[in-house]
Amino acid sequence: MAIVEARLAGRRPRWKRWIGRIIFNSILLTGAFLSAFPFYWMLVLGTHSTMEIFHWPPTFLPGNHVLENYKGMMGIIPFWRNLFNSAFVATTHTALSLLFCSMGGYAFAKYQFPGRDKLFALMLATMMIPWMAGIIPWFILISKWLHWINRYEALIIPGAASAFGIFWMRQYIQETIPSELLDAARIDGCPEFFIFFRVVAPLLSPAYGALGIMTFMGSWNAFMGPLLVMQEKTMYTLPVALALLRQNPQRGYDAGVLMLGTSMAVLPILIVFLMAARRFIAGLTVGALKG
Amino acid sequence: MSELTRSEAQRVLSSRKESTLWREIQRNWVAYVYISPFFILFAIFGAFPILFSFYLSFHRWNGISPMQWVGLENYVRLFQDKLFWLSLKNTIYIGIVAHVPMLIGALILAFIINSPLVRHKDFYRTTYFLPIVTSSVAVALIFGSLYGVRFGLINWLLTGIGLEPIDWWGGKGQWIKPAIIILFIWRWLGWNMVIYLAGLQGIPNDLYEAAAIDGANLPQIFRYVTLPLLRPVILFTIVLSTIGAMTLFDEPFILVGVTGGTSHAGLTIAMYLYNRGFNFAHFGYASAMAYVVSAVIIVASALNIRFFGHGRVEQ
Repeated sequence: MAIVEARLAGRRPRWKRWIGRIIFNSILLTGAFLSAFPFYWMLVLGTHSTMEIFHWPPTFLPGNHVLENYKGMMGIIPFWRNLFNSAFVATTHTALSLLFCSMGGYAFAKYQFPGRDKLFALMLATMMIPWMAGIIPWFILISKWLHWINRYEALIIPGAASAFGIFWMRQYIQETIPSELLDAARIDGCPEFFIFFRVVAPLLSPAYGALGIMTFMGSWNAFMGPLLVMQEKTMYTLPVALALLRQNPQRGYDAGVLMLGTSMAVLPILIVFLMAARRFIAGLTVGALKG
Repeated sequence: MSELTRSEAQRVLSSRKESTLWREIQRNWVAYVYISPFFILFAIFGAFPILFSFYLSFHRWNGISPMQWVGLENYVRLFQDKLFWLSLKNTIYIGIVAHVPMLIGALILAFIINSPLVRHKDFYRTTYFLPIVTSSVAVALIFGSLYGVRFGLINWLLTGIGLEPIDWWGGKGQWIKPAIIILFIWRWLGWNMVIYLAGLQGIPNDLYEAAAIDGANLPQIFRYVTLPLLRPVILFTIVLSTIGAMTLFDEPFILVGVTGGTSHAGLTIAMYLYNRGFNFAHFGYASAMAYVVSAVIIVASALNIRFFGHGRVEQ
């Protein structure tokens, strides 16, 4: 694309190129503004009382009602406990998931075992099954047979080895880990079982970073699973707690409190994303292009 | 005699084959250990629920009293259930009306960002990605406040330019679907754009040069070079979008509640399934619904692959 447009642009007079640049950039800037503005608006509303929010015309600058909103929020949900739940579930789920996915990806990338291609195809096919197909028995299994209601296990273990993650790791290992390295380890007498942990895993840190961010965000933002499994306020993750702020039965709907809670829930993940945006986006697109 | 030797030879051959297979499996035991977590967890939390769901769909069960075999009754009732058809219609409507402009818009935006006239590509990619890294609940809550009927920002803008404010949730519920669709497009546009952009950047420049030397103009280049090469990526986004649209739950659940708001206008199939399954504990009925909807989704995905994927072979 670049060359063509450069060619076509090169033929045009300079002022036309400037017009193109202005049109393109103004479209993109409008889109960027629309993407980012709701977050600013959320922060602003979180600092106002409901009285101020229900004021005409609206104000676009932060107010000074943060403390009252904070107290109001703490009266409905144990926010810090919910934050801990989200962080704990997301961290342990991500750690376990990275271990399982890299192990699986390594096996599919570097071993020629009977049934490999069929098992790999079967694993990919499971990605096509919508989550709702087995949701009712899934819940019965979690609640009645495993007794995992209000327990972290329910959110950490079931999705700990994802087909997408294994597929993603396989791509990465195929491209970056030379088989000669594994042979050298074998010749040096490294037991087969430990080659992965001693030789391969240390080389995977960039992959762990990228897949880790994706897994962490998916777990942090998940809603339906925690909504089904966590039935006590102290066990809610942040999305479920926010939903309770919205549908708070006792005190009715308080816009300022709700937006402060939303801001406090969203800011950590936005900061993580902004720090790691490049790696995150690059990681996500690998699956799309190689798939 | 010759018969005997032949069968003996066969037996020797096949046993040797078996033993080499067995030896291969033993030699690679580590690989099986490494892939076992996925298959064990999938068997417990994926395959078992799906099979049990099929069994349940022929029963009446509320989770407490004993299960009762009802044959096809759940399916018969499902096909007569007006709310089921309405929620299916809502889901497909929201899916199509949200996705067609979103995917086209994402493709156009990806083209613009890929253009050499645009700098700061990373800034745009990151900003357009913000909505998708935020939890669906949080963005639905933020949009809930933007959509406020009397004090929302959107209605303030509308009255500011002399239009009537929109009664998002009331009336006959005719504004509920647009509200969900706007939120959906806002949330997923950047994700699709980034995927397309990565696809565009993967197309080698010499193909464009060759086409330009052959005298192709920009629309022709787009039609005959870019689109065919981008086809796998477009297919990928369409298949994922189909699954995503048909299982839409979080955003409408937060915006209008589990009943779907006025005249159930925002009731999606996943919300209806959730309501029947978990609020009313109609486990058998909800399982039948889950099966029908999953079948629809899988057929739709297969059709997508046939319809959009066939070009891969031709090119």
